[in-house]
Amino acid sequence: MDGIALILLDALLILVLLGLAWATLESRDPRRGVVLFIAFGLVLALVWARLAAPDVALAEAAIGAGLSGALLLAALRDEPEAGHDPSEPEPATPARRRLPSLTNWALGLLCLGLGLVVTWAFVDALSVADPERLAGQVMARIVESGVSNPVTAVLLNFRGYDTLLELAVLLAALLGILALGPERGGYAPAGPVLAGLAGWLIPGLILTGGYLLWVGAHAPGGAFQAGAILAAAAVIRRLAGDRAAGLPQGLALRALSLAGVAVFLGVGLALLVAGRPFLGFPPTWAGTLILAIESAATLAIGATLALAFVGGRPAAWDSPQQRRALDPTQVRNQP
Amino acid sequence: MTELIAGALIAAGILFYLAGSIGLLRLPDIYCRLHALTKADNLGLGLLVAGLVLLTDDLAVALKLVLIWLLVLAASAAGAHLIAGQARRGEGP
Repeated sequence: MDGIALILLDALLILVLLGLAWATLESRDPRRGVVLFIAFGLVLALVWARLAAPDVALAEAAIGAGLSGALLLAALRDEPEAGHDPSEPEPATPARRRLPSLTNWALGLLCLGLGLVVTWAFVDALSVADPERLAGQVMARIVESGVSNPVTAVLLNFRGYDTLLELAVLLAALLGILALGPERGGYAPAGPVLAGLAGWLIPGLILTGGYLLWVGAHAPGGAFQAGAILAAAAVIRRLAGDRAAGLPQGLALRALSLAGVAVFLGVGLALLVAGRPFLGFPPTWAGTLILAIESAATLAIGATLALAFVGGRPAAWDSPQQRRALDPTQVRNQP
Repeated sequence: MTELIAGALIAAGILFYLAGSIGLLRLPDIYCRLHALTKADNLGLGLLVAGLVLLTDDLAVALKLVLIWLLVLAASAAGAHLIAGQARRGEGP
């Protein structure tokens, strides 16, 4: 009975996921597409949870659906509403949408080929008799990792390089965002309802972020999920009218954005000096070092994602002295 | 006995969801739809949570379920207020 119910649930999830994906791509109105995309991300998080991958489910719900959705909606807000402007008779969207059928066919064939390759790889991986799976290797050495959550053990210890480089990629993305120019316009001050909701939610979000960071050592959670939750708090602050999204100013903000890469690299180099391999944690210290790195990474990820929502170089990026020094150029640049 | 009560609560919750969804699809304007959606979904989720709380033996799980309901209540009430305010000022979709 349970088996049938679960199969029905899985079939329903697959159908809804595929339907939402199709509806997202097919939707003519970008706003509608974004809303469908957020719903798609939430269903995808459920699918990950059904696949017994709660870490990925958390990340998908917080980053894939929540923050990406907020970023896309913020981008739409700044987009001039071409389609809705009656003075500019725009040809109905199909002209732009209808690709030449040859391209369509080529794209379809490519997608089909990719799907076949992925299916083949999946079937091949399943059919190997008594394979040496990654999970078994991780569990065999997990005592040395300093944490008991295998996902955190892989991300922060066994494959620490990957996570360090991910943080570096985030930092590079942040530099790109800062190079886009001054931040987007802020939002109007919130009315009593939104302000009240923000006042209730933000402390809870900060608490949840801290909890996810701490619990990542032995259960699903960790720096990326915790950072995304902190960024969600910043998004709510900005939506409620705080231009700076609750971020600190000047040097503190720069230090916060750098903290993840800096602490990660610092720990790795200190271990080199101590005669161990780069990021080769000694088992007795591994738990503490991982927590230190994850704490810094959480703050850096939160600040970076919040700055992505701010969408450009915020006024708070420069310290007050630098702002004064830059003042003449800023006046010239802003008519 | 507990399972029966829980089942009845969950079934009632699903009915409210059904009514809310039909309201969202069938009602004429944004205010009526918001009315159907927020009222029905909040009560429906409350009944679902009540049923699920009866089914669990773990106090922590029960408290988490109630917390989820309270968060959804706050978020959907505030969200409905904001959407209705936007629509009234003529900025909405």
